[in-house]
Amino acid sequence: MSNTDIEIVVEDPTAPEAGSPAVVSTGVVDVVVSLLLLALAVTLGWDNWRAGASWDATGPQPGYFPFYLSVILGAASLYGLVAALVSRREASETFVTQAQLRRVMAVFVPTLLFCLATQFLGLYVASFLLIAGFMRLVGKIALWKSLLTAFVFTAAMFVTFDIAFDVIMPKGPLEAALGR
Amino acid sequence: MEAFGLLVHGFAVLLTWKTLVLMMTGLVLGIFVGVLPGLGGPNGVAILLPLTFSMDPTSAIVMLSCIYWGALFGGAITSILFNIPGEAWSVATTFDGYPMAQQGRAAEALTAAFTSSFIGSLVAVLLITFLAPMISSFALRFGPPEFFAVYLLTFCSFVGLGREAKHKTVISMSLGLLLAGVGMDTVSGQLRMTFGSAELLRGINFLVAVIGLFGISEILLTMEERLALRGHAAGISLRVVLSVWKDLPKYWVTLARSSFIGCWLGITPGGAIAASFMGYNLAKRFSKDQESFGKGRIEGVFAPETAAHASGTSALLPMLALGIPGSGTAAILLGGLMVWGLNPGPLLFVEHKDFVWGLIASMYLGNVVGLVLVLTTVPIFASILRVPFAAVAPMIVVSCAIGAYAIQNAMFDIWLMLGFGVVGYVFKKIGVPLAPFTLALVLGNRAEDAFRLSMIGSGGDMKVFWSNGLVGSITTLAIVLLFWPVIDQALATVSRLLRPAKA
Repeated sequence: MSNTDIEIVVEDPTAPEAGSPAVVSTGVVDVVVSLLLLALAVTLGWDNWRAGASWDATGPQPGYFPFYLSVILGAASLYGLVAALVSRREASETFVTQAQLRRVMAVFVPTLLFCLATQFLGLYVASFLLIAGFMRLVGKIALWKSLLTAFVFTAAMFVTFDIAFDVIMPKGPLEAALGR
Repeated sequence: MEAFGLLVHGFAVLLTWKTLVLMMTGLVLGIFVGVLPGLGGPNGVAILLPLTFSMDPTSAIVMLSCIYWGALFGGAITSILFNIPGEAWSVATTFDGYPMAQQGRAAEALTAAFTSSFIGSLVAVLLITFLAPMISSFALRFGPPEFFAVYLLTFCSFVGLGREAKHKTVISMSLGLLLAGVGMDTVSGQLRMTFGSAELLRGINFLVAVIGLFGISEILLTMEERLALRGHAAGISLRVVLSVWKDLPKYWVTLARSSFIGCWLGITPGGAIAASFMGYNLAKRFSKDQESFGKGRIEGVFAPETAAHASGTSALLPMLALGIPGSGTAAILLGGLMVWGLNPGPLLFVEHKDFVWGLIASMYLGNVVGLVLVLTTVPIFASILRVPFAAVAPMIVVSCAIGAYAIQNAMFDIWLMLGFGVVGYVFKKIGVPLAPFTLALVLGNRAEDAFRLSMIGSGGDMKVFWSNGLVGSITTLAIVLLFWPVIDQALATVSRLLRPAKA
C-alpha cells in the first residue's frame, strides 16, 4: 500500500540448528535446583536459629521472621523436588540443546572474563576489550568496525559517567598512567 | 478539585527545557530498548537506572518513566512488523497486528497500536490522578498491622492468582524475602545470614539483583534463539493516521472495555499479561464477526494494546499511594525512589508534592510526546534491528556492569550481578516467576519491620491482624486469595453438584 516500505532482513548465520541433541532435560534441572534451594533453606534456617528465632522480652528476635521464611522456602522446594521426580511429562522436555548451550556460553564466558578484567584493568579497558573482542570473534564483524565501535562506546561511557555525571568506576593501570 | 490544582502545579514543575530534553532522551532510549530483541520494559528501566543516580528525584523519575513508556511503544513496533513480541503482554497484539502488516496495512496497525496504547494509559493516568491521593490520605491512618496486612495481601494474591505453578511462586517469593533480610538487622543491629562475609554486611542490593535478573539473564536467553528476522518497516503518513483516528469512535466499546480490564488487573499485582489476553478475548467474544479475528482485524490490535497499557500504567497507582508496586517494572521504579532518598508510601503525597505531581504530569506529557515521536520515527527505529546483536550484546553487558557498580561502588556487586544473571536464566527456563522475587526483595525489609512492630505492639498476639474491621478484612482477603485456586475448585464442584450436567 505504502510506497515508503523499507524491507528489513537480518540474517543469523550462527543460529543454533533445530535438531541439536539435548544436553540436559528440564526435569533434571528442576531436581537440581530444588536440591540447591533446599540446601540454601537449611543453611539460612540454621543461621537464623542461631541468631535467635524465638521471642524475648522486646518481641520477636532477629532470626524470627527469616527463620520461618526458610521453613516456607524449604517446604516449597521439597514439594518441588517431589513434584519434579513424580512428573514424567516435564522430565523429558529439553532444558537446553547443545547448539543453544554453545551460543549461551559464547556470551557467558566473555562476560565472566569481562568481570575478571574489570577487577584488574578497570572497567573502561575491560569494556573496550569485551566489545571489540565480542564483535570480532563472536559476531565475525570486520576488525576496524569492531575496534571503532568499542572505542566510541567506551569513550562515550567515560565522558558520560566519569566527566559529566561524576560517577566513579573501577579503574586500572591505564587510567593511572593517564593521570585520571 | 484539589487534585487538579496540584496537577497544574506538576506541569509547572515539568515545563522546563531540561526536563523536556530528559523526557525526549528517556523516550528515545526506551523505544530503542523496546525494539531490541529480548529487551523490554523492566530490563530497560533496570539497565538505564544508573544514568539517573546523580539527578534530582523529579528529573530522574521523569526520565525513567519515559523509558518505560518508550519501551511499551517500542514493543508494539516489533510485534506488528516482525511478529516478535517484545514482552509477554505484546503477544496478543501479534495475533491481528502481524497479519495486518502482511496485508500491507502495517501503517494502519501501528497507528492503531500507538493510539490505543495512548488511550489506555491516559485512562489509567486519570484514575491515578484522582484515586491515588484519596487512597494515600486514607492510608495515612494505617499502622504497622494494616501495612503488614497489605503486604500480605500483595504476596498472597501473587500466589493465588498467578498462572505459574504455586510452589514455584512461593519459592520465588520466600527467596526474595530471605535475601532482603541479609545483612544488618535494622531493629536489633545484629548480623544475619552473612556467614562472616564483610561483603554481605551491606546486604544484597535490590537493584544489583534486578540488573542481573533482567539484564544479564535476558541476553543469555536471547542468544538461545534464532535472531534472524524479516519484515517491512512502513512509514506512517498523516493521511493514514487521520483515517484511523476518524474510525476510533466506532470502537469505543472495545476501548472502554479494555481500559477497564487493564486498570482493574493492573492494580492487582501481576496482571498486565492477563489483561492483554482478556482484552483480546472479550473483544472477540462480543464481536458479531468472530471469524475475522486473527486475520488482520483492527479491533484485534486495539483491544490488547489498550488493556496492556492501561494495566502497565495503573500498576503505578499502588506504588505511589501505598508504596506497593503492582508490577515488576513498578518494583524497579520503587527501588529507584529509595536510591534517590525518597521513602515510598502514603507520606510521599504529603512530603514530596513536587515529586509526585511532577511524575503524574509526566505521565500525561510523556504519553503525548511519545505518541507523536513514535508516529513520526517508526522507520528509523525499525531499522535499529539491522544492528547486529553481536554489537548490542556486549554494550548491554557493559551498561549492566556500570549500573551494578555505581549503586554502592563495590566490585562485589558486579559478581553478584553475574550470579543473579545465571539464577535468572535458570529460573526463567524452569518456570519460576521473577516478578514475585523482585517484589519480595524490594518490600522484604518493610514487611518485616511492619510485622515486628505490630507484634511488639500487641505483645506477640497474632490476633492484632484481626483487631479492627479494616485490618481484619484485609488479612482475611489475603488468606482467601492465597487459597483461591482451592476455593474456586470447591465452588465449581458445588455448583456442578447443584446443577446436574447437561451433556
